[in-house]
Parts: sequence; C-alpha cells; structure tokens
Amino acid sequence: MARVDLKNIKKSYGAVQAVKQADVTFEEGSFTTLLGPSGCGKTTLLRMISGLETPTSGDILVGGKRVNDVPIHKRNLGLVFQNYALFPHRTIGENIAFGLKYRGVSKSDTATKVTEALDIVRLPGVEDRYPTQLSGGQQQRIALARAIVIEPDVLLLDEPLSALDANLREDMRVELKAIQHRIGVTSIFVTHDQSEALAMSDKIIVMSAGRVEQVGAPEEVYNNPASEFVASFLGASNILEAKVISKDAKNIVLDAPHFGKIPVPLAQAQRMGDAPSGKLVIRAEKLRLADKPGDTNTVSANGVVEAVDYQGQIARYFVRVGDIQLQALNMIESRPFAIGAEVSVVLKTADCALLPAGA
Amino acid sequence: MRVWTLLKVYSFLVYTFMFAPIAVVLLLAFNNSQFGGFPIEGFSLRWFVKLYENEAIIRAFRTSMSLGVLTALISTTIGVLASLALVRYQFRGKDFITTFLISPVLVPETVLAVGVLIFLRWLSMPRSFLLLLVGHSIIALPFVVLVVQARLVGIKREYEEAARSLGANPVQTFFQITLPLLMPAVFAGALFAFTISFDNITATIFWRPAGMETVPTQIFGMLRNSISPEINALGFVMIVITVGVPVMAGGLARYFSRKKT
Repeated sequence: MARVDLKNIKKSYGAVQAVKQADVTFEEGSFTTLLGPSGCGKTTLLRMISGLETPTSGDILVGGKRVNDVPIHKRNLGLVFQNYALFPHRTIGENIAFGLKYRGVSKSDTATKVTEALDIVRLPGVEDRYPTQLSGGQQQRIALARAIVIEPDVLLLDEPLSALDANLREDMRVELKAIQHRIGVTSIFVTHDQSEALAMSDKIIVMSAGRVEQVGAPEEVYNNPASEFVASFLGASNILEAKVISKDAKNIVLDAPHFGKIPVPLAQAQRMGDAPSGKLVIRAEKLRLADKPGDTNTVSANGVVEAVDYQGQIARYFVRVGDIQLQALNMIESRPFAIGAEVSVVLKTADCALLPAGA
Repeated sequence: MRVWTLLKVYSFLVYTFMFAPIAVVLLLAFNNSQFGGFPIEGFSLRWFVKLYENEAIIRAFRTSMSLGVLTALISTTIGVLASLALVRYQFRGKDFITTFLISPVLVPETVLAVGVLIFLRWLSMPRSFLLLLVGHSIIALPFVVLVVQARLVGIKREYEEAARSLGANPVQTFFQITLPLLMPAVFAGALFAFTISFDNITATIFWRPAGMETVPTQIFGMLRNSISPEINALGFVMIVITVGVPVMAGGLARYFSRKKT
C-alpha cells in the first residue's frame, strides 16, 4: 500500500499532447477514479503510473519514491485490464500464481495464496480450468485475483467493468468496491462511466482533453461542478446564461431569461468571484415540472413539453421555455406529462451551481 | 443446370491434369518392371531397396535433411525476432525493413542466386555448405516472417503487459507468454522453411559446392542419364515428407489444442 503522487506530468506523442498537465495525489488506501470521455488522457495517465508509458516530463512518486526510471516489472503494481488479459494457455491456478513465481514464494505458500485469492473473489475451486471455460464476469474476477495476490502497492484498474453486460456490471462494482475496502489497497480506477465513478470512488478526478478539470469527492463533483464540462459530463445538466444584477452578504442575484430574478446562495457560487455574468447549472433531476406555479422559495418559468422519454418510475422531459430547451428528470407521480402539456418549470436556488461565464 | 455440369467436368479435368503426374509417380514407385513405364507388371518394393543401397542418394538425402532442419532453425529464429521488432516496436525505417525482409519472395530466384554468387566472387569466398544454408535461410525467411507476423498481430499486447506488471522481465515475458501463444505460427513457419529448403532446386544448383548434392539436384542429375524407376521411389519419399510432415504436424497441433479446452 502506498500513496501515489503525480507532479507536473506531461505526455506528448509527437505533436499530440495526450496529457497537458497533471498534478494529482492518490491517497494511501483510497479508491480514486480517473473519469473522462475517451481521448481525455485518463488511460495514458494510468499507463504512466504502471510504467507502460514514460512521461515526457514530470515525476511519478509511489510511496514517496520517484519511480520514473523503475521498469514496470519492478514496480509491484496490480494491473487489471478491460479485456481481462488472462493468459489463455495457462490454467486459472497458474494465472494467479504467475506473479508469485517472481517473488520467491514457495510452492506450498503459492497454493495457499491462490486458494485465498480465489476465496476473496468468491470463485473457489476453479484452479484447474482454463480462462475460456469461464464467463466474462468470472474471468474479470480471476484477473482481479491475479492482481491482488501479489499484494501490490497500488491496484490499477483500466475500465475493468466496461466489457461486462449491464446487470453484471452493477453487481461487480459493488463487489469490487467491497474487495478494495477489505484489502485496503490504494486503487486507481479508470472509467468513462459517470455512474461507476460516483458509486465507487472516494475521490473523482475529472479529465478532459489532457487536463484535470476537477478533483473532489463524488458529491462535491456532482453538486458543485467546477466547469460546464464537468456539469454536463456527470449526468444531464441545464445551463442558463445569466447576468449578475446585484450581490449581497447572502446571495448573488441573477437575471436569467424567462426565469427572471434568481437569488443564488453564495455557497453555490464560490467560483463566481466578481464576474459580471455567469452560467447557472441545474441538474435535470432537480428541475421540477408542475401544473401551477410553485411556492415562494422557488423560481419558475412557463414551458411546453416537447418530448417525453418514459422510463418506468421516472420520465425525462424536454421542455421548451422561450428559445431554450431544458431537460427535466422527474419521478412520475400518477401519470407523466403529455407532449404539448403546458407546465411550470420550477427550480430551487439551493440546487443550482453558479459558474463564471468562461468556465 | 448445364452450366454447372460443364463446370464440374471442367474442374475435374483441371485437377486430373494437376494430380495425375503425381499419382503416376506414386504408382510407378511400386512397379516391378525394369523400365519406368506402364503397364504395371507387379507390386514390388525393390526400387525402395535399391534407393536405400544407393550411397549417392543417401548422401544427398542426408544433406537435404540437415540443410532443411538447419534452414528451419535459422530462418525461424531470425523470423520470430524480426516479427517481434516489426509488430511490437516503433522505429525509423520500419517499412523499409519489412520490404527488405519480404523481398527474396519478389526477386526471381535465379537473379538472387546469381547475385549472391557475384557477391561471393567479389569477397573471393568459395562456395560451401554454409553459403547454401545462408541462401536457403534467406529464401525461407519471408514465409516465416509473414506467418509469424500475422499471428503476432492477433496476440493482444495486454497479455505481455499483464505479465510485466506481475514481475516478469522482458525475456521472461517472451518465453512464458509470447512464445507459447506464438507457437502454432512458429511451428508452421519452421515447417514452411523446411519444405522450401527441402525441395529447392534453382538456387541450390547455383550455390552448392562441387560434389555436393541435395535430393532435388541428385534427381535432376539422374534424369540426365535415364529415367530410372529409382527416381519414382525417391519421388514417393519426397512427397511423403513434404506433404506428410505438415499434415501430421497440423493433426498433432489440433490434437493438443483440443486436449486443452
């Protein structure tokens, strides 16, 4: 177990800058997620920590020691891939024992450790089978067992759940998190799936175009996005362009089209500074549709439902308010609003986040 | 319907034209007659016995076998290493090297043979078994490279990366992971190399030192005097080796891979 520090890491391939600048810390024993769309540099970052890629500049520290020049096989890291990468010509037992061979573990200890590792991933007794005889989910558990049996300083997971089907993926993420919690290994998890990131992480690092956009706990990143990119990448968000009209000790008062005056609590506008205009971020599930105007603590505008995406207990509405279209994700109480229904779009100012215009 | 019947007849004739000579050689090898021709006078293994007693042929056979095996060893080793470099690493001049390695297939063998001879003359080196071996290896190399490269592209890099992350150094990773996964292609490449060397005649005629014969040059020499039935027997042996070895190897490979899964 060890903490990992990336100091001023940059990586370019020829003229392409895969990672423009990264300064992040992965705390000892924590589960940190690198989240971002494909091509944002998250996998490159992971590969640099593992030693599969060399940074163009900057330092990588594992447990306080610089490891830039340490080859991958001496870094003692566990690596789990999206496509499992179990050795097809080796049995499950041999796969898991592979790393122990290079650590001078005796034969009897190896057998015990393999059994233990299989117990941890809840697949006892499959030592003699070959990888192709197991299902995708089972193979990924074996890959995890193979990575943790060597007691790595850091566990690196490169989209390990992406190849599994939806139901299995949700089960596996609960289990993966539980295993990580039990063995307490520092884990770095790469994903493009925001719900995985929110569900599993102690800390999320949101990346975009080779840059770190925001670092924070899941709730913080979700409720208080640092930029429009973060707001729109983590769930569906509505962005309202608004002008600041006044500011007092408690609120910044905005003038937003169709909604009129919106007083935003300062706690929701920490990044705002003295900017003259900003972007009001409101998540789709926090935007409520109602038949008539809401109570006095809320702000509302009149709109027309343009499209309904019915999902059982909830529905996603696309509502036209003047020249803008908003998304609202609402629980269905008795029956969903119909297309063409005239509704009142209601938001609570405490649910908004205010960003300066450029972010 | 008529078209199909025509096509069937036509195909049959083409195949007959291709395989009948081989069948004739195979049949006549067992003919008891003194002269290599029809009608067959009776079944006999006497030509095989005669073949075995013919020292020149046995010597040529030994030369061909060791040449074939060594060619397979050398071109497979170089071919595997070259493929690894070409598939797994990025470096300058990669395209050029690929073309260069494949070029012996593209250059007419006679041209290649003469070129090497001129080069040797320039170095004032005599023709030798070693030269023959190097030459055969060059001719066989492209086939090994093509077969091994094709397989290597299909072996995901993640296997090697996983092995490295678990503590295996590059050499250990190669022997523990890459080579076992590559084995079918290595095996196929080696067989190709062996067969190519074993029945090569054009370049061999140019390169062999005086007095050294391989099986094909020996047959060629014997044909100049007369068509002895011994040649049919020798042809039979060659067909068995060049067809039988790969078929057997393929069967074995399938047998082992079935046992595993």
